[in-house]
Amino acid sequence: MTTTDIVTIATRPRMERQPIRRLLARPEMGALVAALAVMIFFSVYTSNFMTLAGAGVWLESASTFGIMAVAVALLMIGGEFDLSAGVMTGFTALIVGVLTTNYGLNIWVAVVVSLAVALGVGALNGIIVMRTGLPSFIVTLGTFFVLAGIDLAVTKLITGQVSIQGMAKVPFYDTIQPLFGASIRIGGGVFYVSVLWWFLVTAIATWVLLRARAGNWIFAVGGALNSSRQVGVPIMRTKVGLFMTTAGAAWLVGMISLFRTSTVQANTGVGQEFIYIICAVVGGCLLTGGFGSAIGAALGALIYGMVFQGITFAQWDTNWLRTFLGAMLLLAVLLNHWVRTRAGGAR
Amino acid sequence: MKRIITGVGTVAVAGLLLSACSGTGQETEGSTDTATSDLTYAVITHAGPGDAFWDRVKSGAEQAGGDYGVEITYNSDPDPAKQSQLIDNAVAQEVDGIVVSMANPDGVQSSVQRAVDAGIPVVTINSGIERSAEFGAITHIGQSETVAGEAVGLELSEAGVTNALCVIQEAGNVGLEERCKAAASTFSGTMANLQVDGTNDAEVKATIKSKLQADATIDGVLTLGGQYAMDAVGAVDESGSAATVATFDLSDDVVSAISDGAILFAVDQQPYVQGFLGVTAVHLRATNGNDVGGGQPVFSGPAFVTKANAADVAKYAANGTR
Repeated sequence: MTTTDIVTIATRPRMERQPIRRLLARPEMGALVAALAVMIFFSVYTSNFMTLAGAGVWLESASTFGIMAVAVALLMIGGEFDLSAGVMTGFTALIVGVLTTNYGLNIWVAVVVSLAVALGVGALNGIIVMRTGLPSFIVTLGTFFVLAGIDLAVTKLITGQVSIQGMAKVPFYDTIQPLFGASIRIGGGVFYVSVLWWFLVTAIATWVLLRARAGNWIFAVGGALNSSRQVGVPIMRTKVGLFMTTAGAAWLVGMISLFRTSTVQANTGVGQEFIYIICAVVGGCLLTGGFGSAIGAALGALIYGMVFQGITFAQWDTNWLRTFLGAMLLLAVLLNHWVRTRAGGAR
Repeated sequence: MKRIITGVGTVAVAGLLLSACSGTGQETEGSTDTATSDLTYAVITHAGPGDAFWDRVKSGAEQAGGDYGVEITYNSDPDPAKQSQLIDNAVAQEVDGIVVSMANPDGVQSSVQRAVDAGIPVVTINSGIERSAEFGAITHIGQSETVAGEAVGLELSEAGVTNALCVIQEAGNVGLEERCKAAASTFSGTMANLQVDGTNDAEVKATIKSKLQADATIDGVLTLGGQYAMDAVGAVDESGSAATVATFDLSDDVVSAISDGAILFAVDQQPYVQGFLGVTAVHLRATNGNDVGGGQPVFSGPAFVTKANAADVAKYAANGTR
């Protein structure tokens, strides 16, 4: 067990001494190179990708994936998965939609209630995983189905419909909408505030991972659970906190989606959870935990957003969309892997 | 330094590989070769991947594009936020017209209006008939779900059905809910909704089957998509029930099942027409300044397919155009 502990500490990226080598060994370095490659490719291949109008589209697309990918990356570094993360984005938005349009609750209160419920579900996920010792993959799969069912059944039961309508007519909607759904026009491009949220979440997560004590704990519980228990890392608090962070991020994305479109459907977010995990892995997270970075996950989401929208900009036959998407993601991961291997920082 | 140079080399190789791939992708688009003008229209729907119905819409749009010598791009996403991004994407590409389906009009409102504000002709198709004019679209081409649903309710009553299921394959689609509601409103018996997972046909069949086995008094199954009608036919067979199957929308299989008498009737909203006329309407605006529909919707259906006309429809269904 002691040896595992040493490995964990060695992967704390800032422990390296030589500056260039240290830079290249960072988990997000490969993702950065891959992101640049994708960006250059579409900028050269299509005429509208690298315009303000184009950038507005792919940045928005990447931003909501990015917020979730960063939170999921923290959780994965901590050695757990959350399959309920996708459906949670719809769940939180539906709570706000139902409480305001149907029960007339003040929209600010509804948004806070929604956050509280999300954090509660996140804590429940964490506590069940920690208390039972079951794999988080199974526990959160259960939560995923439970929430997906609630989304449909409760929404239908209360509103008689399967999507929230009339959200924009709720009192004080205009006071909260700019916080999550504002956009500004720069040149010909429309940029959403979600991009700022994405940067903010990435910055906070990076600071926590690299500068705060909680960051040490996250790497420790994901890299060597038993050793970290022996040296007194608060495992329960760390892991439950990570699940709550993921749920909180899902709430943020739910609010962004709700106030961007002024509607939410009972099936919103279902199936997105794997994309978050993919973005985190493209960004250098290990599926086994203990290694990864928040900036990497954000770059992974950027790659996903650029490829997804870039394929549309390139006007390729969209019957092939998923094939192109898969091939480009695979290339991005291979490039990422190659860079890290060459830099000697790969595991 | 050497590493960085090799890295750049790899990027270049990756780029070359990808351009090779993209070449293959574009060759499959017949319209590229025949383009006589440099107009491009974007067709953006709320379809999930692999849906037979939307393939007809796409075929119709591409046929119109080929006929008029213009470029057609087709994209779809069932999530309104992502569909909005696709619309924004088309606006950023400065396309000459947008054809959009609005399953959840609120969800795409800001993007559609931004496209209209940017001076791009917009036509809505399939769903979103009530909000189309409000958002500034030239016209809407589709079927009124209410009109079609009510017609189906009457037809089922006439066939002597008393206790029917309405099978909903996509949670969150307002249009589907409306169809069941409208059918129930004119139906003389009782009608209950059944929610199924439309991305998994085996599961759809199993769910309908268990429902039929659980309640032997069910004598009618109404499905809302061609492929789900086939699942229902299978479920009726296996459960030993004598329920009558009727459906919204067509497929090749549905037409032959109607000929065989396994399905009583199908109500066709003619998706090919929606794709074809959608592109036609934006093309007429872009090239001739026309207002198709004069501010009113243009109905693409409903057309009833019964045993009487199934043979005629069959040859078109086999081409993937009906």
